[in-house]
Amino acid sequence: MGATLKQHLIDPEICIRCNTCEATCPIGAITHDDNNYVVDPSRCNACMDCVPPCPTGAIDNWFRVTRPFSLEEQLSWHELPPRPADPTGEEAVDALDEEAAALIADAHRGAGGYARAPASASKPRVNLFGRAAPAMARVTGNYRVTKSGTSSDVHHIILDFGTQPFPVLEGQSIGVVPPGTDANGRPHAMRLYSICSPRDGERPNTNNLALTVKRVVEARADGTTFRGLASNWLCDLQLGETVPVIGPFGATFLMPDDPDADIVMICTGTGAAPFRGFTERRRRLGGHGRGRLHLFFGARTPEELPYFGPLQKLPATLLDQELVYSRLPGRAKEYVQHRMLRRAGDLAALLRREGTHIYVCGLKGLEEGVDAAFAEIAAAHGLDWPALRTRMREQGRFHVETY
Amino acid sequence: MPDGLTVNYDGLIPNNVDLNADARVRKALETWHPGYIDWWKDMGPEGFQEALVYLRTAVSVDPKGWAKFDYVRMPEYKWGILLAPKVEGRLIGFGQHKGEPAWQEVPGEYRGMLRRLITIQGDTEPASVEQQRHLGKTAPSLYDMRNLFQVNVEEGRHLWAMVYLLQKYFGRDGREEAEELLRRRSGSQDSPRMLGAFNEATPDWVSFFMFTFFTDRDGKMQLEALAQSGFDPLSRTCRFMLTEEAHHMFVGETGVQRIIERTCAAMREAGIEDPADTERVRALGVIDLPTLQKKMNLHFSLTLDLFGSEVSTNAANAYNAGLKGRYREDRLEDDHRLLDATYPVLRCRDGAIVREEVPALSSLNMRLRDDFVQDCQGGVNRWNKVIEKAGIPFRLSLPHVAFNRKIGEFAAIEADPEGRVLTAAEWAAGRDRWLPSTDDNLFIESLMRPVSRPGEFASWIAPPKVGIDNKPGDFEYVKLWG
Repeated sequence: MGATLKQHLIDPEICIRCNTCEATCPIGAITHDDNNYVVDPSRCNACMDCVPPCPTGAIDNWFRVTRPFSLEEQLSWHELPPRPADPTGEEAVDALDEEAAALIADAHRGAGGYARAPASASKPRVNLFGRAAPAMARVTGNYRVTKSGTSSDVHHIILDFGTQPFPVLEGQSIGVVPPGTDANGRPHAMRLYSICSPRDGERPNTNNLALTVKRVVEARADGTTFRGLASNWLCDLQLGETVPVIGPFGATFLMPDDPDADIVMICTGTGAAPFRGFTERRRRLGGHGRGRLHLFFGARTPEELPYFGPLQKLPATLLDQELVYSRLPGRAKEYVQHRMLRRAGDLAALLRREGTHIYVCGLKGLEEGVDAAFAEIAAAHGLDWPALRTRMREQGRFHVETY
Repeated sequence: MPDGLTVNYDGLIPNNVDLNADARVRKALETWHPGYIDWWKDMGPEGFQEALVYLRTAVSVDPKGWAKFDYVRMPEYKWGILLAPKVEGRLIGFGQHKGEPAWQEVPGEYRGMLRRLITIQGDTEPASVEQQRHLGKTAPSLYDMRNLFQVNVEEGRHLWAMVYLLQKYFGRDGREEAEELLRRRSGSQDSPRMLGAFNEATPDWVSFFMFTFFTDRDGKMQLEALAQSGFDPLSRTCRFMLTEEAHHMFVGETGVQRIIERTCAAMREAGIEDPADTERVRALGVIDLPTLQKKMNLHFSLTLDLFGSEVSTNAANAYNAGLKGRYREDRLEDDHRLLDATYPVLRCRDGAIVREEVPALSSLNMRLRDDFVQDCQGGVNRWNKVIEKAGIPFRLSLPHVAFNRKIGEFAAIEADPEGRVLTAAEWAAGRDRWLPSTDDNLFIESLMRPVSRPGEFASWIAPPKVGIDNKPGDFEYVKLWG
């Protein structure tokens, strides 16, 4: 495949020619004639300013093309041409930034195929801020959420955007680039972190978001210690410091807005981040629907389980919690997949329900144990897990994000 | 702070005008607020105040995050005051003050004229909510019901926008005008709304879609003209309102389009080729195209009356004073003073329709109306594309501007949709061929039955191509029982 680009196109069948996009575009990349409104591929820098104000959704089309459609071609259209096949099978755009897109594609690989967004998920905004012009956030909180003295140093970091809108949905990620340059003098690679707060901020109607970051400090076999560049930088941020933020990213690992949907959340360590957002979103909505949240959360000990304290305060009517520990003194090692098997009957009932959405998030490898557990549970209850998993994935009801 | 981007959400009234620092205006608005809520409960959507509606709320004036969607009970909607960011060094773009810095305060000599412009604009906003208050009960789907309520709450916000200007800049006079805006009632004998079309009933959903297509488009044209104003707070307010107004255009254009799609599909399925065979078409539970044409004739002509007299000294004065410009004045290339220019105007002379060159300053209403007609024509062309695609030999067309007029040059004559001048007898004989007859209205009324299961639509309208906020087809846009 030759070089491709994601071309921004307006759907002439849906567009009502209201001129909002042309009036909004800060660089004059949108123009029109008597027939159509069109985007100049040589000018559009995908800043996304025109996307949220469009009243119809006609503006939000991104085709992966090898040769961009010219203005003349676009002006002559009465409908969009057939969408060129995307080799990844991707439908929603997780990120226009290629670096972020590759990171997300890698994190989602464990789902076994392209996972659509839940049908009732809100429309995510992606790529509003790029490397060249990031949003500047101020650190307004940075504290440890695992017990001090344990080797697992996980931080809850709050980033406030002040007057700059940074709209996110639960399950989305942001990108950060550690300051400085690498050994070759180039800027460091981008890192993605899941947002752990709900869409309306740490408190309702605050313009901030939070991350759950584990400080990476690993003893190496040769006696040296590896210190993760980005995680240590983030965990050491002082209040008031400014952080350039890229994104938001992610268009599929989103929660269903349907309050009747059951959500099964399986995670280890900082994989709990998106589920903190899901849970808080549901809590704020105040139990309008019949849907429940089911959490399987693994850590070595309660002291090393992020947010252990706050989790104890959540009512069982909102969140059915299974906290699972692998290093409790005097107890056999237990992992989330073991606990899933102990709840096989409940999980089988959930698998049968059309409204159930399953999410897996944590370190790479988690998905294998979880998959085996689902296969075992399904087989014992007369369900075909591989077929069900494929169907759920295509319906936007099965998601994996591991790293 | 305040840099025009910060939206304060802590107080009663979300705003980016730093209300906290302006105790007088804040108090005035907080005093006005209970009356507004009472008005909304009395005159807003009847029977749905407790329903949870999936609504868009404007939360920022930055395009990246300007609105968010969520379930809201309408009386709890956050009606805020949001002005587009201030453009530093903005100059007045037209009229005798062209090139002077835009006014941040009301210029004394134009106080009365400006107050009247703002009050008239403000009066239309609650009026349409009142006109549409019964429509929720006959919504053809939850999707359409949600769109109706979205239009309603945003008209409510536009009232707030105008009331803010009145309270902030016009002292006691402004306060009294703000009270009056809550006192007048659409269609009332004693205290009607200020403009004719806003006292007409919106009895059914076809009227609602035609109203949002035509009459809200007049609103768009007026906002575009006021967005050019040399009075900067008015310009900034109107620029932000236009972002919301675009959704109202969308509701109208796609509403009518979906009716046409459904009618064409039903005709094809039934093998009906003659669009004039209204009896057979109606038997399919869809609206025949000739009736749609009549509805269009009605709403188009009523809306033209809103532009006022073709030749108008008021419009000339407002332009000359730098208060109200032309449609997209900043894109036009001329001297922006119009002292020597002329403009062709259709006039009524000795019972005939003739074109005359008139001083451009006096014919600004006519010019805005021409821009409006052109904007409408684009939408009609897109509707016709649907009919053409279905292979049905019928085309919708805008009637002549002289047709069915009550205000301006043509109020004195009768004309048919082609612009032929008629005698009173000819008009009486033809009226029911051009405007909805009692039978037509009864037929439409017979179709107005509510459909309230998610994902289902009434027989006479097709589902939309894309859901609001990209929601799937069976999304429950309104939770009727909260």
